[in-house]
Amino acid sequence: MPILETKGLTYTYSPGTPFEKTAVDHVDLSISEGELIGVMGHTGSGKSTLIQHFNGLLRPTSGQILLEGKDIWEDKTKIRDVRFKVGLVFQYPEYQIFEETVYKDIAFGPKNMGLDENEIKRRVLETASDIGLREELLERSPFELSGGQKRRVAIAGVMAMEPKVLILDEPTAGLDPAGRDKILSHIKAYHERTKNTILIVSHSMEDIAGFADRILVMNHARLFCCDEVKRVFGRAEELTEIGLDVPQITKVFMRLRQKGIDFGKEVYTVGYAKELLLRELRERGRL
Amino acid sequence: MLRDITIGQFFPGDSIIHRLDPRFKIIITIIYIVMLFIGRSFWCLLVGAVFTVMAILLSKIPFKMFLKSVKPLLPFLLITALLNLFLVDSGETLFQWRFLKITEGGLNISVFMMVRIVMLIMGSSLLTYTTSPITLTDAIERLLSPLKKLRFPVHELAMMMSIALRFIPTLIEETDKIMSAQKARGAEIDTGSFMNRARNMIAILIPLFISSFRRADELATAMECRCYNGGEGRTRLRQMHSAARDYIALAVTLLFLAAAIVISILTK
Repeated sequence: MPILETKGLTYTYSPGTPFEKTAVDHVDLSISEGELIGVMGHTGSGKSTLIQHFNGLLRPTSGQILLEGKDIWEDKTKIRDVRFKVGLVFQYPEYQIFEETVYKDIAFGPKNMGLDENEIKRRVLETASDIGLREELLERSPFELSGGQKRRVAIAGVMAMEPKVLILDEPTAGLDPAGRDKILSHIKAYHERTKNTILIVSHSMEDIAGFADRILVMNHARLFCCDEVKRVFGRAEELTEIGLDVPQITKVFMRLRQKGIDFGKEVYTVGYAKELLLRELRERGRL
Repeated sequence: MLRDITIGQFFPGDSIIHRLDPRFKIIITIIYIVMLFIGRSFWCLLVGAVFTVMAILLSKIPFKMFLKSVKPLLPFLLITALLNLFLVDSGETLFQWRFLKITEGGLNISVFMMVRIVMLIMGSSLLTYTTSPITLTDAIERLLSPLKKLRFPVHELAMMMSIALRFIPTLIEETDKIMSAQKARGAEIDTGSFMNRARNMIAILIPLFISSFRRADELATAMECRCYNGGEGRTRLRQMHSAARDYIALAVTLLFLAAAIVISILTK
């Protein structure tokens, strides 16, 4: 059974006014437990609107969202429980930090769940180490931290609710390469440890290509595709047409194919490209 | 919920009302308000109503938007109407139940005040709907510029106003975002007990304050980078020119005002 499913999901902003706009149009999706999915789409393609449906922040104009096979809007009063099961980290989440100490801010979510002090403490310590925050930082004010550290505090705040599905909206936006790699590697480690489902929205193809199982592409409010990484990047021309890009290394190999050097495979990570090239060179006896 | 706020909202367009000189538009709006408050009879209001309908039709903005502008002030309107209805005691008694008493005079004044306030809101909404906030504050600055001689900081005032207006939509959007983010962490904002909701307001207000200060700081730096040092010697990109249509619009408005005055004297 898929953990998250949408059926004909449609959302219209300000219906009946001159500003009416359909941001999500009949999207059918199915996400299995434990998957790591990259979400892509140009600005205004509806990806942010889409992910806000998964935890019930937005209510679809029509269509359904099923969490573990149950319509999340079946019982309106239980929508908070959905938010604990599907954790959503917004873009620039550091702007939502408000507590006096890092510890308290991470504990905000678990506290809202009504957990007892010991459980809260366990979760805060665990997620802090998951996301790479040293323990001595926990008693500091979050406003004294660096940008990257603040971002990690905010992500930990959602992780500490131990959601079955974790959704991150551009977790690396505006960070330097070191900060970006740090966050991505921590998310990856968290995924490996908990085996939870993760969705990451990102503009950077390089980020996503490296470790997503599948890629979901939105285009003009519609689902363009949701498929394995290699198949998605195999449609490079179409992606370019809808304003997206493929990883640079994929472009290099596409050019090579145009020049008659075909490796017969889709290449989207540098590591794999290196392996492939070395193997090819060995076969040709040049190494 | 927050998206319904229409204060200071501007609907770009190319109608005759949009093209009027904003200085004239402000003066016309002031005359309009005087027109509404000058008379005490329904006939005077009728003059105002004709003027309002005419202006709204010329602006080509859907009438629905004007109804929307009245909506946030509905509670205030109802309270005014109810107070007038029950407290004014003049003329024939229409209805009595214990101490509650509705008289003809009360009913009249209650309806009269309602209509007057609704027209007041609609008229001033028309001004903000058809004039962008920036040109509006520019016009205010120009209209108040004689006060500069009295060392009144006209330019600074106008600048503060335009900055404040400029940031209303930004802050609304920001509040919306922070609310969603805290809701995603299980904060009860629309639901839950009163105490819980009050406590969770802190989770929204603190990030909002911090981001406002950050924005103010960034804006100040950006302004300084562009050598802003007040209104002294500053020229404008958009000059305001009054054309024949502005004077015609003013003349028409004054005609309506005259009509209202005449009617209020006749019906006294």
